[in-house]
Amino acid sequence: MKLPGDRGPVSSALGALLTNPEPAAEPDLIRILRDTAARAIRDTDDILLDEDLQSALYAAYELRYGGLTGVDDAWEWNADVLALCAAIESRFEQALRDRVPMPPLPAPGVDTVAAALFELTGADTGPSVSRYLAKKATDEQAREFLIHRSVYQLKEADPHSWAIPRLRGRAKAALVEIQADEYGGGRLAHMHSELFARTMRGLGLDDTPGGYVDMVPAIVLASSNMMTMFGTQRRLRGAIAGHLAAFEMTSSLPNRQYGNGFRRLGYDQSVTFYFDEHVEADAVHEQIAARDLAGGLTEDEPGLVEDVVFGASACLFVDSLAGAALLTAWTAGESALRGGTLEPTVALEPAGALS
Amino acid sequence: MTEQAGTSGGDATVSITACPNGPLLVRGRFEILAPAGEVIPSRRKTVALCRCGISTLKPFCDGSHKAVGFTTEPEAPTGQPA
Ligand code: FES
Repeated sequence: MKLPGDRGPVSSALGALLTNPEPAAEPDLIRILRDTAARAIRDTDDILLDEDLQSALYAAYELRYGGLTGVDDAWEWNADVLALCAAIESRFEQALRDRVPMPPLPAPGVDTVAAALFELTGADTGPSVSRYLAKKATDEQAREFLIHRSVYQLKEADPHSWAIPRLRGRAKAALVEIQADEYGGGRLAHMHSELFARTMRGLGLDDTPGGYVDMVPAIVLASSNMMTMFGTQRRLRGAIAGHLAAFEMTSSLPNRQYGNGFRRLGYDQSVTFYFDEHVEADAVHEQIAARDLAGGLTEDEPGLVEDVVFGASACLFVDSLAGAALLTAWTAGESALRGGTLEPTVALEPAGALS
Repeated sequence: MTEQAGTSGGDATVSITACPNGPLLVRGRFEILAPAGEVIPSRRKTVALCRCGISTLKPFCDGSHKAVGFTTEPEAPTGQPA
């Protein structure tokens, strides 16, 4: 994807370093990055909502996925870039540990952990984006919803795949079973990220990965960054397993509502298939994720119960903040995108609309 | 090796996992037939069959069992027939 635009001194310093053509300038650019980052991390009011730090972390993480246009892939393992990630992550993880509500911990084991996760994810968390989509959202809001979701959904499943080589036994087999289905079971057209791209195109949106990153607020980047942080650190393997379980366990019912919302707006199956597919798929995945993945992991490694529950609760906590960002803007009659509305360069004819 | 219902692979044997308060997970090589005998196509290797009766995607589970508080007490068998 293209390098995200500046949102402050840290993302700006990172961009300057990654695109710097002049080796002699590098030490200075590294020093500026280190200094601005240290200051920003020390002074941030709320790292979950910090546009500059979340954007910088998202850009640095992107080097581990599809890469950044015009940026040498060698930066992925550059010590200064890794140090930047570690510094932001440390504050980010601490904020999550401080703020994510923790229910009473279950005993390690498949039945106990699955039951605790079903209880945690079944609790109603208030206003819901899916109900709004189903009943009220305008065409413009439906497009904004897809733009927010595209930050993760165009690389759907990738952050959890990092955990595969970090697990073993029953938990590993479960994760591979889920991920294989996410990637379409070997059929490109069924890969969930491809299905999402098709839905975007159906609403006249650009499906280029990262195409809308500059338009989404920090909390949406934080939601994606959290998965990468959990997925790429072995010590957090319990959290990424719990995250996936909670994600799958809160997916079937909302996706039915999303599908209904897009049908209400007049879109046909080429747009709604993504959501309809998730209703059925995630009813399967949630059982495997809760029992074999999360539960199975705690049976194998009982010391990970707390992190499994933390990862699950963090998923619900951050995603409810991301949902609130949409609903707060919409109910105030405003756009939920940074910079207001969609750029006019985007083709706005809804290809899948019947009306 | 212990046979785990959740992880037994291979196409030869069909395994059915009874998920507490939820669907039946079916793995292996199977066909689901409609009453007249025609095959109900399945989009995935492992499927969840509704046993609460509420799903809108029957015979597949759509997660609705959670919304209606479906329970399978007494505890579903986990390997040995009761
Ligand atoms: S068992 Fe899941 S909907 Fe019936």
